[in-house]
Amino acid sequence: MVAATPLTVTTAVKQEFGFRVSDFRRFRSTAMLATIWGFSLAAIIPLLFVFYFVTSKGVGGLNWDFFTALPAPVGQEGGGMANAIWGSLMIVGMAACIGVPVGVLTGVFLSEFGEGKFAATLRFTVDLMTSVPSIILGLFIYTILVVPMNGFSAYAGAVALAVIMFPIVAKTTEEVLKLIPDHIREAGLALGIPRWKVIISIVLKGSVGPVATGVILAVARVMGETAPLLFTAFGNSFWSESPSQPTATLPVAIYQYAISPFKQWHEQAWAGALVLVMIVFFANLITRVIMRGSGVKRSR
Amino acid sequence: MQVKTSKASKTTTAANSLESDNSESKTILTIRDLNAYFGDFHAVKNVNMDVDANEVVALIGPSGCGKSTYIRTLNRLHEEIDGATVSGEVVLNGENIYAGHADPVSIRTKVGMVFQKPNPFPSMTIFDNVVAGLKLAGIRKRSVLEETVERCLKQAALWDEVKDKLKEPGMSLSGGQQQRLCIARTLAVNPPVVLMDEPTSALDPISTSKIEELITELKTQVTVIIVTHNMQQASRISDRTAFFYLGELIEYDETKQIFMDPKEDRTERYISGRFG
Ligand SMILES: Nc1ncnc2c1ncn2[C@@H]1O[C@H](COP(=O)(O)OP(=O)(O)O)[C@@H](O)[C@H]1O
Ligand SMILES: [Mg+2]
Repeated sequence: MVAATPLTVTTAVKQEFGFRVSDFRRFRSTAMLATIWGFSLAAIIPLLFVFYFVTSKGVGGLNWDFFTALPAPVGQEGGGMANAIWGSLMIVGMAACIGVPVGVLTGVFLSEFGEGKFAATLRFTVDLMTSVPSIILGLFIYTILVVPMNGFSAYAGAVALAVIMFPIVAKTTEEVLKLIPDHIREAGLALGIPRWKVIISIVLKGSVGPVATGVILAVARVMGETAPLLFTAFGNSFWSESPSQPTATLPVAIYQYAISPFKQWHEQAWAGALVLVMIVFFANLITRVIMRGSGVKRSR
Repeated sequence: MQVKTSKASKTTTAANSLESDNSESKTILTIRDLNAYFGDFHAVKNVNMDVDANEVVALIGPSGCGKSTYIRTLNRLHEEIDGATVSGEVVLNGENIYAGHADPVSIRTKVGMVFQKPNPFPSMTIFDNVVAGLKLAGIRKRSVLEETVERCLKQAALWDEVKDKLKEPGMSLSGGQQQRLCIARTLAVNPPVVLMDEPTSALDPISTSKIEELITELKTQVTVIIVTHNMQQASRISDRTAFFYLGELIEYDETKQIFMDPKEDRTERYISGRFG
């Protein structure tokens, strides 16, 4: 950041160069600060607009039915997205159960034992996976799960989302653990603590906050994924009988409703979008509150 | 090279036989033909040294002469670095810590270490920092943990300053307090030997003198091997001093002897500030 010039230095400069230099510096400092503020605002504005539009357009379609009822047939009033809301929560929950542990363990491996050839290959793979378009991952899961299982299912959807989550979680975990200096690990070893315990109880525990932030980001990201779910969980206008059946999800339902020609359905799509944004927002908020409550400081 | 080393070990033997008249002193550490490497680089060369129980040994010598590497062989921390190896013997209370069956992890509970930079565990409270070693070894009994925290913080001369804020993060303390916290943490696992690698070089003079005082008090319970760049510190707190140069132990003798009348020309030149 642009720091304020200490008083003594300013005075010295004034004495040596007269007032012009210090005036110029003050101007430059103010200009820089204004630029930084300007760009920060520019970054926030689109987000505020998204919030505004989604809320203003979606709030009209929200009512009790929206959370409890199945979609109404075309032409009929009312109906809700209960099956899609529940389907999304279930699929993302299952995806997190697979993607988070695998991602955290991979991140730990890369940070703590990341020297050899194998680790270098793994790191490259993880980097590559973060940049593979999610629609391609969806097609991949379609080929290896949906086709052999003879049908779309929540399971296939969960695996597709887990594959998207895992590299994000792995990457943030690695980056965050690398910030813990080596002499902290040595202090643990020097107490006669085995290395694996040092890693879990000192290194990983000391980074719970930032790792959790990475996990939330990954959850938020897959919560809104649509393309891979089209090929895996597919969608359903009714409750699915089991996770091995095609299952409705919020993003897919929003997509289907939004491209339909019916005005009522458009309203439902906006309401669905608002619910999706709210779920992500509250997931973020709750995790942060829990972090603060447990006394885990994000500093290191 | 060989001649100098054997001379050094002769001095050691002489010092030992002098002290063996005194019935209280007992050798706790015997180091024989110790070499340490980083890959091909020979960082510590054929060191022989005996350390008595309850004495303070100071290691001095110019930067890069292998002092840190040497003490890190005494708790088997050196080998944790990729490509780092050790040869020779370190006998602690009659047991060679480099014997084939020896377990480096349990050795480190007997030889504790305090580092140059204070390094409390992040996001652990003061309390948890002190008992980290015990807790991770499975000791959960509240009364034992509480008793240990009080005893060790008192030994580390930190109790009065932190007794009302044991639940605050260890990182919230000042540098000097953090270093005493690290000393308390080391003492909590009851090691008979404590290694200190320039423990005061990152601290202000007041914190430094507090730590020097507490080292002198700790002598009744533990043996301390301390690396220092500060000659006054070495002469104030140590019983014996070892001078290292280019990976070799040049001279090891009573601290008075080293500072008043060193046998080696290189020791004399280093102490009088003419090189290093
Ligand atoms: N991790 C390492 N890898 C390779 N060489 C090292 C490493 N650490 C230290 N050395 C080398 O070993 C020698 C001894 O270093 P060190 O024991 O740290 O010296 P001192 O503590 O006396 O200043 C130096 O020449 C140093 O460059
Ligand atoms: Mg050193």
